Amino acid sequence: MLKRVHFPRSWLPYALVAPQIVITLVFFIWPASQALYQSLLIEDAWGTTFEFVWFENFEVLLTDKLYHATVWRTALFSILVALLAMSFALVLAGFADRVVKGATAYRTLLIWPYAIAPVVAGALWVFMFDPTLGIITYWLAAVGAEWNHKLNGSQAMALVVLAAAWKQVAYNFLFFLAAMQSIPKSVLESAAIDGAGPVKRFWTIIFPLISPTTFFLLVINAVYAFFDTFGIIHAVTKGGPGQDTTIMVYKVYNDGFVGLDLGGSAAQSVVLMAIVIVLTVVQFRYVERRVEY
Amino acid sequence: MVENRRILDFFTHLVLLLGIATIAFPIWITLVAATHDGVRMLQVPVPITPGDKFWENLTLTLFGQGLEGSETAPVWRMMLNSLVMALTIAGGKIVISLLSAFAIVYFKFPFRMGFFWMIFITLMLPVEVRILPTFEVVADLGLLNSYAGLSIPLIASATATFMFRQVFLTIPDELLESARVDGAGPMRFFWDILLPLSRTNIAALFVILFIYGWNQYLWPLLITTDRDMYTIVMSIKQMLEAAEQSPQWNIIMMTSLLAMLPPVIVVIAMQKLFVKGLTETEK
Repeated sequence: MLKRVHFPRSWLPYALVAPQIVITLVFFIWPASQALYQSLLIEDAWGTTFEFVWFENFEVLLTDKLYHATVWRTALFSILVALLAMSFALVLAGFADRVVKGATAYRTLLIWPYAIAPVVAGALWVFMFDPTLGIITYWLAAVGAEWNHKLNGSQAMALVVLAAAWKQVAYNFLFFLAAMQSIPKSVLESAAIDGAGPVKRFWTIIFPLISPTTFFLLVINAVYAFFDTFGIIHAVTKGGPGQDTTIMVYKVYNDGFVGLDLGGSAAQSVVLMAIVIVLTVVQFRYVERRVEY
Repeated sequence: MVENRRILDFFTHLVLLLGIATIAFPIWITLVAATHDGVRMLQVPVPITPGDKFWENLTLTLFGQGLEGSETAPVWRMMLNSLVMALTIAGGKIVISLLSAFAIVYFKFPFRMGFFWMIFITLMLPVEVRILPTFEVVADLGLLNSYAGLSIPLIASATATFMFRQVFLTIPDELLESARVDGAGPMRFFWDILLPLSRTNIAALFVILFIYGWNQYLWPLLITTDRDMYTIVMSIKQMLEAAEQSPQWNIIMMTSLLAMLPPVIVVIAMQKLFVKGLTETEK
């Protein structure tokens, strides 16, 4: 944590941490405590009058059927995104690991969607699936399937899941491939000499050995689906049709900025903060363990 | 591996190529849409092979008044805003994280751990969970519609501070001892020894943070109302809204292309640094 040898005491270290601490206090800690405080108030939409109500906002929130539905929807969304993005990446990494020549070329061609902004990813997918003009809508119609995510809630969910997973494949692929390449080749070779084929080797050696990475990616994908997909949802469905693709982060924005229910939105922020804290703790305990491995 | 089966190798490459084709398909469609004129893009089915209107669309998008019906600035202006925002965020995060990691690792002072935990907490407060109150703070400070308002609230960074702390901890103590014997003060040591030794880490982090900054969406959406301050990423959404009335997909897709180009170029051109940055910051 600290160097054995260090510089003598002076005012300098305070000056060095000052910029970061000032920004943290002004833009992180103060707003977060405001969110905590506001979650205990009921304000009118203009913020002129308010009443201190203790935990009433939370009571309302936690007994609200719509909010329950949002929580389950968020869970479903995250699971689908993580499953889709991770399994696709796992298959590709498994095959890329076998390639002796040209593995870097494949990697280059697979990683760049990571760099695309969620809202831009959303725009690309919404264009391909546009109910009147989309090329995939056209192909689906040719085989007799009707696509309209503006009316059909499950199709809207499928579309945001596809767009969100598409962007995340690159990240998962990189980590899976790195984990697979760190497995000693001698282990795989001796298994091959004992007669284990490629598929058997994958399931009995590679897959168990990369399980720490798989778990790590599960957490990262959950965080991604929870917080970083706002742009996709805002561009593709705006949480609709109805509430069918409104996930928790989107609801905080929508209730706060569009619905102007400040107390309710703040209470939802507090719930989200609790979720981030849990996820961060899981991630950190896990990262500490991974260092030993 | 051990066995050398032609069919298996063929199958391997086939799967990988199919994977790449699946991943690249949306980009291909975007590219194609950006090379046709607006009228062609309204006929079903939309084309899947490139047309010849790429340059017209490019100049129309970059220097025109944006999309008809959407209140956006010309695209070159928005790209400039995005660039300033991304560079300020990336540079700012690196500078303040280097300084605070230096203080925390190389000095012993009261409240050292308190500061460390305060920085750690920022990890748990992404913009998405504190949007309303942060917006109020920025409004009170009069920073709406300014580059400072776009970038400063996103600058504090726990991950970057942790990474530099990790890097500094691996630097041998003997370097500090000999520097002190030679009479170097703390800042001299920082400039002449720590900075050069962390050069690749700084570069790797810069790649990641540039992408992070360029791709910001929710925050610019909230605090900019003046169209001269719009960023290109947030303009995509406004164009999509306008598309409900009069779809001009050639312009929208050209803008999308321009919005993804800088970060994609950075990732591909600096792939090694990018991979290093990703694996070292663990996000």
